[in-house]
Amino acid sequence: MKTTAELIADDPLWLSIIKVVAIFAFGVVMTLFMIWLERRVVGRMQHRPGPNRVGPFGLLQSLADGLKLAFKEDIRPVVADKWVYFLAPIISAIPAFLAFSVIPFGPDVTMFGHHTALQLVDLPVGVLVILACSSLGVYGIVLSGWASGSPYPLLGSLRSAAQVISYEIAMGLSIVGVILRSHSLSTSDIVNAQEGGWYFWLLPVSFVVYAISMVGETNRAPFDLPEAESELVGGFHTEYSSLKFALFFLAEYVNMVVVSALATTLFLGGWRAPWPLSAIDGGVLNTGWWPILWFVGKTFFFLFVFVWLRGTLPRLRYDQFMRLGWKVLVPVSLVWIVLIAASNALWNTPGVTTGQRLIFFGVGIVVLLVFALLLPDKRVADDEEFVPVTGSGYPLPPLDLSVPKSPPRRRLPAAPEPAEREMEPAAVAAADKETGDGSL
Amino acid sequence: MLQAYVPLVLLFALAGAFALFSVAAAPYIGPRRYNKAKLDAYECGIEPSPQPIVGGGRMPVAYYLTAMLFILFDIEMVFLYPFAVSANALGMFGLVEIALFVATVGFAYAYVWRRGGLDWN
Repeated sequence: MKTTAELIADDPLWLSIIKVVAIFAFGVVMTLFMIWLERRVVGRMQHRPGPNRVGPFGLLQSLADGLKLAFKEDIRPVVADKWVYFLAPIISAIPAFLAFSVIPFGPDVTMFGHHTALQLVDLPVGVLVILACSSLGVYGIVLSGWASGSPYPLLGSLRSAAQVISYEIAMGLSIVGVILRSHSLSTSDIVNAQEGGWYFWLLPVSFVVYAISMVGETNRAPFDLPEAESELVGGFHTEYSSLKFALFFLAEYVNMVVVSALATTLFLGGWRAPWPLSAIDGGVLNTGWWPILWFVGKTFFFLFVFVWLRGTLPRLRYDQFMRLGWKVLVPVSLVWIVLIAASNALWNTPGVTTGQRLIFFGVGIVVLLVFALLLPDKRVADDEEFVPVTGSGYPLPPLDLSVPKSPPRRRLPAAPEPAEREMEPAAVAAADKETGDGSL
Repeated sequence: MLQAYVPLVLLFALAGAFALFSVAAAPYIGPRRYNKAKLDAYECGIEPSPQPIVGGGRMPVAYYLTAMLFILFDIEMVFLYPFAVSANALGMFGLVEIALFVATVGFAYAYVWRRGGLDWN
């Protein structure tokens, strides 16, 4: 039985080229499909049908939009830096695709008479490649905002950079938990290590931190501050049009697919079939081409959550967002990493009985609880007379006014007498409205 | 060993060719109708605010602070990865060392928190 890395090392060049083209096509098709899916699902969430004209169920809508973009005028503002403006979309698109290279789509299969693995490369530093690619993508965003020579894109790109690097730390720390269990940075090894149980169960804290930071990392709602439409027009790509804009769009959606695929790989067992299916016939559904189905299904689960979040949550304020990243996710992951490392070391130390381990854990939990109880509560304003003032010295009205209780609703008589109906129709409507407003 | 990276380079080349082609072809496919206002910086229709020739306007200093904090914690992360890979081999020694390391960084973190470096306003 050869390892995945050895299998891939035996690939002839033509097979590598086929895989490269397949991965590229996967990225582009997923993008087109995701844009359609997002518009349809958000449409349904907002009680409207969404695009349904172009092709069956409107499936070709995003393709039509892409073609339309290609035939739009390519505008470069006079103040823009020529070369950086030109390079920025390329810099943001390439790493998005590159990150796909280490994602395992499935186990070994026979492809065109050649035994190989459904993965482009299996590097011993697989996870680092993905982190590197996601960091490189920031360059595209920052340079695009800088090169546009316009205030909105500059602010949008700065916000985006600060956001991505802040959440990159939380993301990286959550991945450390996974590596502590798998002892390998190679993505295929991580999937193989999840044969006994998905890390989603073993490392719930890491999973939650990763799930939050992957939304922050991709600048998606509710963390879509870099392109907050109501504040910054369009964010870093305000000045971009035509295919350059399309490349930014492509990069954003490919990044979404990449972080979802990575979440699947790290926490949901990668291409492994979910439990009841994995037991069928000694795991026949974990071999051959079946795993692609599970992999894509799990990836779509995360992508759906992305859309769901966008349909549900309002955008955060920037300071709230940074506070969540720096003051919640980072310390939580650091403590979690130490806990995981401690439990690992304890389990692997010979000559310690289970009872002693449990005592150790009990002591640890008690120490944590005591520490949590000793932490001071949130400070409350004890000065009742204190009146806050704004920057210009104007007293600020209290912001925590409670809404007065709404008066009880008055019902209109069920069937008014025809003789009493002497009001004009407009007046009746107004009276209706008045009673209707009684209850908030 | 470097042989393993060849497919990665191929994917880089394909993605790069696609991106380069899109960006380079855009001016030739689309129409071109001159309009001075179109080439101005977009500010919702008002006259664009004057900007330095290169590099945009001023930016809040908080972004620099975030960048420096990022470097601090990213380097911490860099040390945690090799530890995580070989945690079992290092055993108790590794655990104590990494706990000390995290505690040291924790002091820096607490200091930054107390000084308000993590607040955004």
